Amino acid sequence: MTAEAKKAPPKSYIEDGHTLRSWFFSTDHKGIAVLYLVSITLFFFVGGAAATLIRLELLSPNGFILSNDAYNRLFTIHGVIMVWFFLIPSIPNTFGNFLIPIMIGAKDLAFPKLNLASWWIFVFAGCFVIAALLIGGVDTGWTFYAPFSTMFSNGYVIPAVVGVFISGFSTILTGLNFIVTVHRLRAPGMTWFRLPLFVWSIYATSLVMVLATPVLATTLLLIFAERVFGLGFFDPQLGGDPVLYQHMFWFYSHPAVYIMVLPAFAVMSELMTAFSKKHIFGYKVIAFSSLAIAGLGFLVWGHHMFVAGESVYVGLVFSVLSFTIAVPSAIKVFNWTATMRKGYVSFDAPMLFALGFIGLFVIGGLTGLFVAATGLDVHLTRTYFVIAHFHFIMVGGTVSCYFGALHFWWPKMTGRMYPEMPGRIVALLIFFGFMLTFMPQFILGWLGMPRRYHLYPPEFQVLNVLSSAGASILAVAYTAPLFYLAWSLFYGKRAGLNPWGAAGLEWMIPSPPPRENFETVPVVTWEAYPYPLEPQPVAKEDGR
Amino acid sequence: MSDALPAVHEQFQAPGQQLEADRLGLWVFLASEAMLFGAVFFALTVYHLIHPAAMHAATSRLDLVTGVIGTAVLLTSSTTMALAVKAAREGRRTEALIVLVGTVLLGLAFEAIKVHDWFDEYDQGLYPPMGPPFPLPQPAARLYFHLYFVSTGLHAVHLAVGILLVAGVAASLLSNRMKLPERTVTVEMVGLYWQFVDIVWIFLFPTLYLVSR
Amino acid sequence: MNPLLPQPRLALPQLSNYAAEYDWLFFAMSVFSVVFVTAIFIAILYFAIKYRAGSPADRTDRIRFRSRVILESSWSLIPFVLLLVFFVWAGKMYVAWSMPPKGALEIAVVGKQWMWKFQHPGGQREINTLHVPLGQPVKLVMTSQDVIHSLFVPALRIKMDAIPGRYTNLWFTAKETGKYHLHCAEYCGTDHSVMGGWLIVMTPADYQTWLAQAGTDLSLAGAGAALFRKYGCSGCHGANSTVHAPSLGGLFGTTVRTEDGREVLADEGYIRDCITVPGKNRVAGYPPIMPNFSGKISEGDLIKLIAYIRSLPPGARP
Ligand code: HEA
Ligand code: HEA
Ligand code: HEC
Ligand code: CUA
Ligand SMILES: [Cu+2]
Repeated sequence: MTAEAKKAPPKSYIEDGHTLRSWFFSTDHKGIAVLYLVSITLFFFVGGAAATLIRLELLSPNGFILSNDAYNRLFTIHGVIMVWFFLIPSIPNTFGNFLIPIMIGAKDLAFPKLNLASWWIFVFAGCFVIAALLIGGVDTGWTFYAPFSTMFSNGYVIPAVVGVFISGFSTILTGLNFIVTVHRLRAPGMTWFRLPLFVWSIYATSLVMVLATPVLATTLLLIFAERVFGLGFFDPQLGGDPVLYQHMFWFYSHPAVYIMVLPAFAVMSELMTAFSKKHIFGYKVIAFSSLAIAGLGFLVWGHHMFVAGESVYVGLVFSVLSFTIAVPSAIKVFNWTATMRKGYVSFDAPMLFALGFIGLFVIGGLTGLFVAATGLDVHLTRTYFVIAHFHFIMVGGTVSCYFGALHFWWPKMTGRMYPEMPGRIVALLIFFGFMLTFMPQFILGWLGMPRRYHLYPPEFQVLNVLSSAGASILAVAYTAPLFYLAWSLFYGKRAGLNPWGAAGLEWMIPSPPPRENFETVPVVTWEAYPYPLEPQPVAKEDGR
Repeated sequence: MSDALPAVHEQFQAPGQQLEADRLGLWVFLASEAMLFGAVFFALTVYHLIHPAAMHAATSRLDLVTGVIGTAVLLTSSTTMALAVKAAREGRRTEALIVLVGTVLLGLAFEAIKVHDWFDEYDQGLYPPMGPPFPLPQPAARLYFHLYFVSTGLHAVHLAVGILLVAGVAASLLSNRMKLPERTVTVEMVGLYWQFVDIVWIFLFPTLYLVSR
Repeated sequence: MNPLLPQPRLALPQLSNYAAEYDWLFFAMSVFSVVFVTAIFIAILYFAIKYRAGSPADRTDRIRFRSRVILESSWSLIPFVLLLVFFVWAGKMYVAWSMPPKGALEIAVVGKQWMWKFQHPGGQREINTLHVPLGQPVKLVMTSQDVIHSLFVPALRIKMDAIPGRYTNLWFTAKETGKYHLHCAEYCGTDHSVMGGWLIVMTPADYQTWLAQAGTDLSLAGAGAALFRKYGCSGCHGANSTVHAPSLGGLFGTTVRTEDGREVLADEGYIRDCITVPGKNRVAGYPPIMPNFSGKISEGDLIKLIAYIRSLPPGARP
């Protein structure tokens, strides 16, 4: 296969075919990444529209545009879509798909057809959730707590549950594909400790995907059987135990939050080195802390149930384990910061997103410790404090990283540079808009405003208005890239191989990469992030 | 992964690599499956612990005889499957074919026993949502039977997939579309899956039939 | 400020000792977090400026392996040890939160979509508003009739879920009279956000007056006695019953040996199970004839029956 590729510059994966078929049925990992990119962007805006309506409604304490049921359906669909149809697939399925084979020097994932199947399964699952939304919505909250979801809800629980169930297969197959690829398809010389940290972190994510998601599948299966066939697993009338449902749900969902944040860590390691032009500080420590987080993540689920009738001593154990998991996270933060030391730091938009990530993630993580402290959680649980905690990590953290990644690898994916100024402005707007939206929610939670409340005591109004104001800034900031990135597809400057002067195999092949990625399989003889002590001059765009 | 094209897919550099990848993929898949059943076992264990009396009453209603026969049938099928892999490895096509068909038949026999059990239980009213009135007084006994039907159902579905896979391998051996020992790996992987489904039953059987009896 | 806008309430009343200690812990942890966040921000800012791409700063002498190991271990271990202080402190509060003192005033709570029903020991009932006396420990014994709810009083900094099919406890001692928000904090459907009302703390004298005027037909236990006959319990457990059934006098709080050899504490949950899930804990030495009352007795009536059984002194044959 190496002999035939001696011709002129190879066609890029984008030019590899122009029919719909060539996009929707291509097994090329890069094409599939683009399919994911487009589909999760759609889901993000559906979830975002729900968030917009939620914040609009909360401008007033006595509810002025929505009925109680409508509100309940909105936050449910917001949570379900944002978690399973946007955040979980976001970084792994777009950037993981696009980059993992390239970063390890392979031509594709180990199972390209399975990869394509994952996307189709994902879309099929999405149809169920959208259908549930269109025919009337679900009102259970994204957690589907029994016995509410199985006996009392009058929403369309079944299509939503089926949708989430099916999307789980997509997640599992993707995780499986990544694991096998990383194990078996590394280029000659690409040892484990030469892998970019991106790969390590996505690998850890994949482990969690493969081992946690099936538990969700069983749990949803039981919910399904209870609601449809009247099999009562969680119904106390039949001797079932509603708290068991919570154990099973969180046994999946806590590890799932690391499915959502480990990929952000993956991106961070790439961005911090590329824009500091320096080898990462503490390579192995970061690599192993990803695995530690993935492993420990399975042991802390009970911290969601401190007041749900779990025994106090069990609660204490879960609490101390939750404190422990802060350590590997802290290690990463400190190592990224130390990476900047003695580097050549530049502040392009992706770097601004990365720095924003550190700020917001640290706040989100530390407030995670507030709720992990049993005695404090007794007051804070089920209030806006929790809402703020997880938006700080998931939205402030992961979504910022997702945008950082989008800007950083945009030239590689499309061959065009995005316009720098709007990019930087958006990065700053997201940071400050975010602070304005969710900082007031910490105070609201502390003052005792329960979550999932569509009517609230009037003294909370000022803070809610502030939060909604922040959300409107966020709406603008999240929508803007849609326009300027689309613009850049046609008018952006052409990017060369390596507009950032970054290290990594993906920057050594053309932008956009050819269908086969590499003309000849590379032989790796260097450690990850081989930045020289003196910076090399780089041209952001091609001379062409 | 049926009709063998021994050619290496473009993303691989060597056939050995592809083989290893397929194998690892299957193992990861089985790990995932183990977690799927793990959740069922978790629920069963919890309910055994919080409702011992009801679980005892309910377990005693199961037919231990057919249960034991089914288990024996399944164990035998594990053996035939292992023989099939061995035969495949040594390139003995006819022998492989015979034991594969044997495996399919044993699998079908197990399914038949299970279906018979279900009908039997249904007639006794042990399927709580439907049929004759539920005979046991304890509400948690219903719970037990709910779990019983879900877990045996889930297992039966997995076994059915296994039967289809084994039958597929047998068919392509018969029509000579599959060469042995070149495609041993296919037989091996189907065999691995089959053993996994059997092992799940080895755990399910005592949990359902014995623990609280 | 615009008088039409409601004033933001930037401090919560500290209605209990728990709340007071809580605020200290929260404050201490906030300080810890602010210190860490600031330290990280300053470090980032410092490096960003000093080592910006164009700056002439000295970049030689990157950190050596040995000092790196020291660095890595100190910045992971030191914060962890500091954090353990918070874990222990919070854990102590959590244990206290979970252990109602003996002799607390017991109030029965039933959550149902979408209201809270409270019942005082004297039988006085109220909905969505809870009157309690000042300075006296109050223990809420909670359950739910349908889905999971959660009783939340921000001024007390506590909440607890009300779960169908079991009893949970929540206790507090109010320090100040007044009127405080009371919410349902676990999502329970359409009107979740209005399922709540007020906690009203009164002086003990006012509370007595309130109890008197709230009036009632019977105390909880008294009502339970009537139900005990109405549901036919006395047919088996009564003094002149011929059925071989255990006497219930003095049962509450003792340890019961079950048929399958376990020892079970006879608390509210146990008695409830005896009535609604009789197979769960068969008492050793008795025939399994106790009928199953699940679905036949409402949560309110169950609470009364339990109160009645509790009130029976040892040896009494009801
Ligand atoms: C990406 C998602 C994500 C991530 C990564 C996390 C991370 C963490 N979460 Fe969070 N969490 C959620 C998403 C997430 N969470 C969601 C969605 C919910 C609510 C679900 C619902 O109910 O709907 C939730 C709820 C939740 C609860 C339950 C609250 C309640 O309902 O009462 C708890 C309790 O312990 C908790 C704890 C933690 C902890 C300890 C971490 C830790 O991993 C954080 C570790 C990070 C740091 C500590 C910061 C970095 C370190 C430093 C800056 C160094 C200095 C500090 C130290 C050395 C400590 N989370
Ligand atoms: C990845 C996950 C994710 C993301 C990205 C977000 C993003 C946002 N979320 Fe969400 N949120 C959750 C996950 C997420 N959330 C979860 C899991 C819950 C819990 C649900 C539950 O309780 O069950 C929750 C709950 C939740 C609540 C609490 C509701 C309640 O309990 O009553 C609120 C309230 O402010 C909120 C706000 C927001 C806001 C303002 C954003 C913003 O960041 C969003 C900004 C984006 C946009 C604004 C998109 C721009 C789009 C447009 C401008 C198009 C607009 C078009 C029209 C209006 C037609 N979220
Ligand atoms: C037909 C007879 C019968 C009736 C009616 C009956 N019980 Fe019982 N009950 C029994 C027997 C026999 C036992 C002991 C065996 C067991 O635990 O099931 C028992 C056990 C109990 C126990 C546990 C006693 C212990 O020592 O631990 C409680 C509490 C109880 N019953 C309450 C009630 C209440 C309340 C009612 C009415 C709503 C009621 N019973 C009606 C026969 C009866
Ligand atoms: Cu009751 Cu929420
Ligand atoms: Cu968690």
